Amino acid sequence: MALHFELVTPARLVRSEEVHMVVIPGTEGEMGVLQGHAPFMTTIKDGPLKVYRTENGAPEEVLIQGGFAEVGANGLTVLAEHVEG
Amino acid sequence: MASLKELKGRINSVKSTQKITKAKQMVAAAKLRKAQAAAEAGRPYAQRLAEVMASLSSKITVTDNSPKLLSGTGSDSVHLLVVANSDKGLAGAFNSNIVKAALTAARRLEAEGKTVLFYLIGRKGRPVIRRNYPKSILKMFDTTDVRNPGFDEAEKIANELVALYEEGRFDVAHLFFSKFKNALTQEPTEQQIIPVPAPKAAAVTTDAVVEYEPDEEEILAALLPRYLKTQLFGALLENMASEQGASMTAMDNATRNAGDLIKTLTIQYNRSRQAAITTELVEIIAGAEAL
Repeated sequence: MALHFELVTPARLVRSEEVHMVVIPGTEGEMGVLQGHAPFMTTIKDGPLKVYRTENGAPEEVLIQGGFAEVGANGLTVLAEHVEG
Repeated sequence: MASLKELKGRINSVKSTQKITKAKQMVAAAKLRKAQAAAEAGRPYAQRLAEVMASLSSKITVTDNSPKLLSGTGSDSVHLLVVANSDKGLAGAFNSNIVKAALTAARRLEAEGKTVLFYLIGRKGRPVIRRNYPKSILKMFDTTDVRNPGFDEAEKIANELVALYEEGRFDVAHLFFSKFKNALTQEPTEQQIIPVPAPKAAAVTTDAVVEYEPDEEEILAALLPRYLKTQLFGALLENMASEQGASMTAMDNATRNAGDLIKTLTIQYNRSRQAAITTELVEIIAGAEAL
């Protein structure tokens, strides 16, 4: 099962894809988001976002700053002010 | 009657002006496409953030403990007018329309007995506002060294505004910029940015219980400055697209005017040349007959 993941900055939609899992460095601790996660909103610490495309694959790291994550019915949306990589 | 040489000189000078306006028009057209694309690309973020803000603000009640950016300072005597202009001219009435809107608002606020301060973005609005309100300019934000004002600039401006707000320098901030409708019409717009007006809640609210981490109020406090930045960024993008649109239209008109002028001048030139030739012929024939 795949999780729909969107990463958006003020300037553009950086990515919109199906992934296995995303690990978010939330302000109150890291959390992994899989498909079917309960709806929530959290602010994010500046740091790497780990994107697992497949279950056993190596994670891809995306550095973000000033982030905010929202999980809803249509997947995970991360709003970030700055994105590297 | 101007001499042939004078006419020729004028035709050439109009022609070279036309070349410039034509070039500027084409540049503006290309930049307009880019600016429009940038405005379009910025929309998803702004939209999402507005949605989140709406759903958050519908969940909490504004109290005295709420973040100041939301609840206001409690008074409304000092108004800051943030005026976003461009750095370049050759864009028709683009800049003067924005300045006019800002000055009208300033007079209205002064008539109500409020104090008015200005925060100027871009170079073109400075002289007029300085002449009208020499002592009220709080700050001028310089964008001359960046080619396209982007999110970094919006961030800097927002941070400065928030700092000034927290120092208690003003109570309410209005933003003046030009909204892009299409290449022909740009609309000078006024928008209140501080205190942050709560976005209208979306009609559809999800039934699912959303968890917040940390709680709603803290998230809201963290998102408010970001929301402000996004609004400023959006305004800068709209302004940029408007500037190019206005520039394109103005230069198109100028090019056409120059064309008309060249046509009339050429006709005049040909007529005077013909007149000169006719006079010469008449003189020669008269001379020959006299023999």
